[in-house]
Amino acid sequence: MTKGAIKTKINGRSYEMSIFPNQTLLELLRENLGLTGTKCGCEIGECGACTVLLDGEAVNACLVLAPQIDGREIMTVEGLMKDGKLDPLQESFMDHDAVHCGFCTPGMLMSAKAILKSHQNANDVEIRTAISGNLCRCTGYVQIVEAIKEITGEHGIKE
Amino acid sequence: MGICNIIGKPERRVDAFGKVTGKAKFAADYNAGHQLVGKVLRSKHPHARILRVDTARAEHLEGVEAVLVAKDIPGEKVFGIVTKNQAILALDKVRYLGDGLALIAARTKEIAELGLSLIDVEYEPLPIVSDPEQAMMSESPKIHGEDNTFVHHKVRKGNIEKGFADADFIIERRFKTQFIEHSYIEPEAVLAEPAENGGVKIVGSVQNLFSSRRSVAAALKLDLNKVQIIQATLGGSFGGKDEVMTSMCCRAALLSLKTGKPVKMVNSREESMLESYKRHPYVLYYKWGAKKDGSITAMENRCIADGGAYASMSSFVTWRSVVQATGPYSCENVKTDVFAVYTNNNYTGAMRGFGSPQVNFAIESMMDELAERVNKNPLEIRLQNGFERGAVTATGQVLDHNVSLKEVLHKAADAIQFSEKWNRYRSTPNAPRKRGIGVACSYRGVSLGAEGTDAAGTIVSVQTDGSVIVSSGITDMGQGAQTQMSQIAAEVLGISMDRIQFLNTNTSRIADSGPTVASRGTIMGGSAAKKAAEIVRATLLDVAVAMTRRDVQSLVLIDNYLVDTKSGQRLASFSELVDECFKRGKPMFGFGWFKSPHTSWDEERGRGEAYFTFVYGANIAEVEVDTETGKVDVMNVVSVHDVGKAINRSSVLGQFYGGVAMGLGYGLLEEFDFDDALPKQLNFDEYLIPTSMDVPHIIPIIVENEDAAGPFGAKSIGEPSNELAAPAIMNAIYNATGKRITEMPATLERVLLGRRLRRKEERGSVKNVEESLAEESCKVRPIQR
Repeated sequence: MTKGAIKTKINGRSYEMSIFPNQTLLELLRENLGLTGTKCGCEIGECGACTVLLDGEAVNACLVLAPQIDGREIMTVEGLMKDGKLDPLQESFMDHDAVHCGFCTPGMLMSAKAILKSHQNANDVEIRTAISGNLCRCTGYVQIVEAIKEITGEHGIKE
Repeated sequence: MGICNIIGKPERRVDAFGKVTGKAKFAADYNAGHQLVGKVLRSKHPHARILRVDTARAEHLEGVEAVLVAKDIPGEKVFGIVTKNQAILALDKVRYLGDGLALIAARTKEIAELGLSLIDVEYEPLPIVSDPEQAMMSESPKIHGEDNTFVHHKVRKGNIEKGFADADFIIERRFKTQFIEHSYIEPEAVLAEPAENGGVKIVGSVQNLFSSRRSVAAALKLDLNKVQIIQATLGGSFGGKDEVMTSMCCRAALLSLKTGKPVKMVNSREESMLESYKRHPYVLYYKWGAKKDGSITAMENRCIADGGAYASMSSFVTWRSVVQATGPYSCENVKTDVFAVYTNNNYTGAMRGFGSPQVNFAIESMMDELAERVNKNPLEIRLQNGFERGAVTATGQVLDHNVSLKEVLHKAADAIQFSEKWNRYRSTPNAPRKRGIGVACSYRGVSLGAEGTDAAGTIVSVQTDGSVIVSSGITDMGQGAQTQMSQIAAEVLGISMDRIQFLNTNTSRIADSGPTVASRGTIMGGSAAKKAAEIVRATLLDVAVAMTRRDVQSLVLIDNYLVDTKSGQRLASFSELVDECFKRGKPMFGFGWFKSPHTSWDEERGRGEAYFTFVYGANIAEVEVDTETGKVDVMNVVSVHDVGKAINRSSVLGQFYGGVAMGLGYGLLEEFDFDDALPKQLNFDEYLIPTSMDVPHIIPIIVENEDAAGPFGAKSIGEPSNELAAPAIMNAIYNATGKRITEMPATLERVLLGRRLRRKEERGSVKNVEESLAEESCKVRPIQR
């Protein structure tokens, strides 16, 4: 199998890499780049642990082939913190005890980030829908929804 | 201690920062230079004799560095906590589809998977037994030895014949529960490296490090001090990362010592579901005698647990069932028998609840049947028969603590107007959508009880700058044990939480504290943390007395300062005091060891003081049933638990919510189903767990009756929170439809038709045995070099 070249931006940093066309974005992140914050839970797009933003939209990295990110921009959990400052979502997750075992957390944060980008005033149902592709076995989702809700509307801290 | 500063507060978790930033390292996130990838060849038959395993072709594949079979294991080839009968690699036969036959270490995953396909195994298929009741019959195929029944626990109280003779009527029912997959979102993973001392160092997603270490040491013929297991941040466990991790640790360690290189093993979700153990399915025969006034005269219960292919924890799980099989209700005459039997299904072991969710379903359904029979409401019948302080349990134990069963029941009922709704819903005429409400309650023994030795250790070590390191033999798998222990240490030392750093458990750096199971994290690890911190505090105060020339009664450590209690004057900062201690050569280190109070058990007579204390809880579920499709939507759940004392309010609430969600999955969605011992689902596309859209509105009520046995009065919440939602939902369905669910989960067809429908052969993840599961599930890709 021959490698192909891609150009991409991940968490604000530009990359030019040569990759195998059958590699997934998830493998690229975890194995080639050492960005292990993005988790692998099912590899079939069911659990959402590998959720990242592709041009601002939440996608399962296990279902994206690496060549598909050519010319596009990726954001992972490692990219949430800016200039040593946590994203308000990260603070809110900690304050609401929305983090238990933490394995779903990176994907959950990215889905939350995506919904808040498109619906700054997302209500309960919209939030629940946005994270319905992210499985969590620990929390029963209640504190996660509360944490995301805190960042919406008038409470919201604008970027 | 007076008023608490840190205990009871919703402090941030000590491990949250790493988890929200992606810095937390879970087992699969560890890598070492020149690491090899380890893979397992698993069985193609649920039951077969192994005639030949030929690894020659795989050994010659470029990039393969080791291929191992059972005979290559230098030490003990089998492990098991109660009965050693589980092989690290199959010896003479395979007993379920998850059994491993050979191991490969190769330079890439693709080479390892190709290597697996080159191993030739010749099987002689044996008859399969997949039903536990069939397995008990003499003519059934035998899994181990002569008898498939390998556990029989009993409880006897009074005279059961007399009890039935005294009864005005008898209710007799059969219930059935299903296999459940733990569904931790993190699949199993380890990284094993050869250690400088000739031993091995393992980082992994291991729940019970000390028992896994014993098996690795025995398999490799190493002393325990040469096997170091370090807990990686655990991505959920729920009781599930015990034996399956022991076997993975052994396998990775074997490959690592054979090749002299680090070996990493990570299960795919399919491998995880195929190999890992599940919650025991039970068949429960309940026969109760009662008077017209609703009092219970006799309870005869017989439960059969499917233990699957190996002994695992069955003996302990079924013991909890036998102790709690009659629920928190008084009855003079009890006869309970619980059996565990081998089959060719996945073996079954520890899972959050540990033998209680199954019996609670039967008990709480029976209570509602009893209420119906004597024209009482379900709350009334529970209050009538429920335990109070001084009650004698089925095992003969006198409950000499605050028995808050009725308190939790009242609080739950009041929060949702239970009785009014129950009456209204049951008399609603038939309609396409009907509401129902149901209640369930329980008592639950705290910690291991008479199951085994129960002790744990925690270290509190103050550094020269006043920062503190805490470590414990109790592991955190997401439930928050590290945070509870840190809060307890911070409270005792009078410091803020940001001063504390908790270390993940390392078997070489802390005393063997037994397994982190049975909701014993806070009560055992927390008690040990309190003792450890008290040792350090005593030294700090000694030095403070010498330093300030005040008597010890007038000094207190609070808010990072040494304070004069009368004047409130800050005499020194915590750091200054610590500095003084170091200057004087005082030890700023405490090791706390906590051994549980007395328990006892007489296996022959089926009696004893099973647990040193109990917790009480109640759930009420309100549902809406679509009477045309059988679909059940849970609208509201009230969850009330007496936790003794909430060390961290938000973590306790987190357990309430998560427990209800998992209970809802148990009641309505989840079933790890087999067809002749072949699993019918191997990933989350077909094994459904609750999503954010399934979880109802949950009303949590924390009740705090401090218990003398626990740190600051705390008891436990992890498992109690998970054992009541399903029976409450089942009772709510009855309230709505008038039809009793006797088999869980309450799927659409069970609710609508009263029975399950079997799906057609051609559907499903596992079509037939020949299309190898390993090949199908582990996507084989071209070799990349």
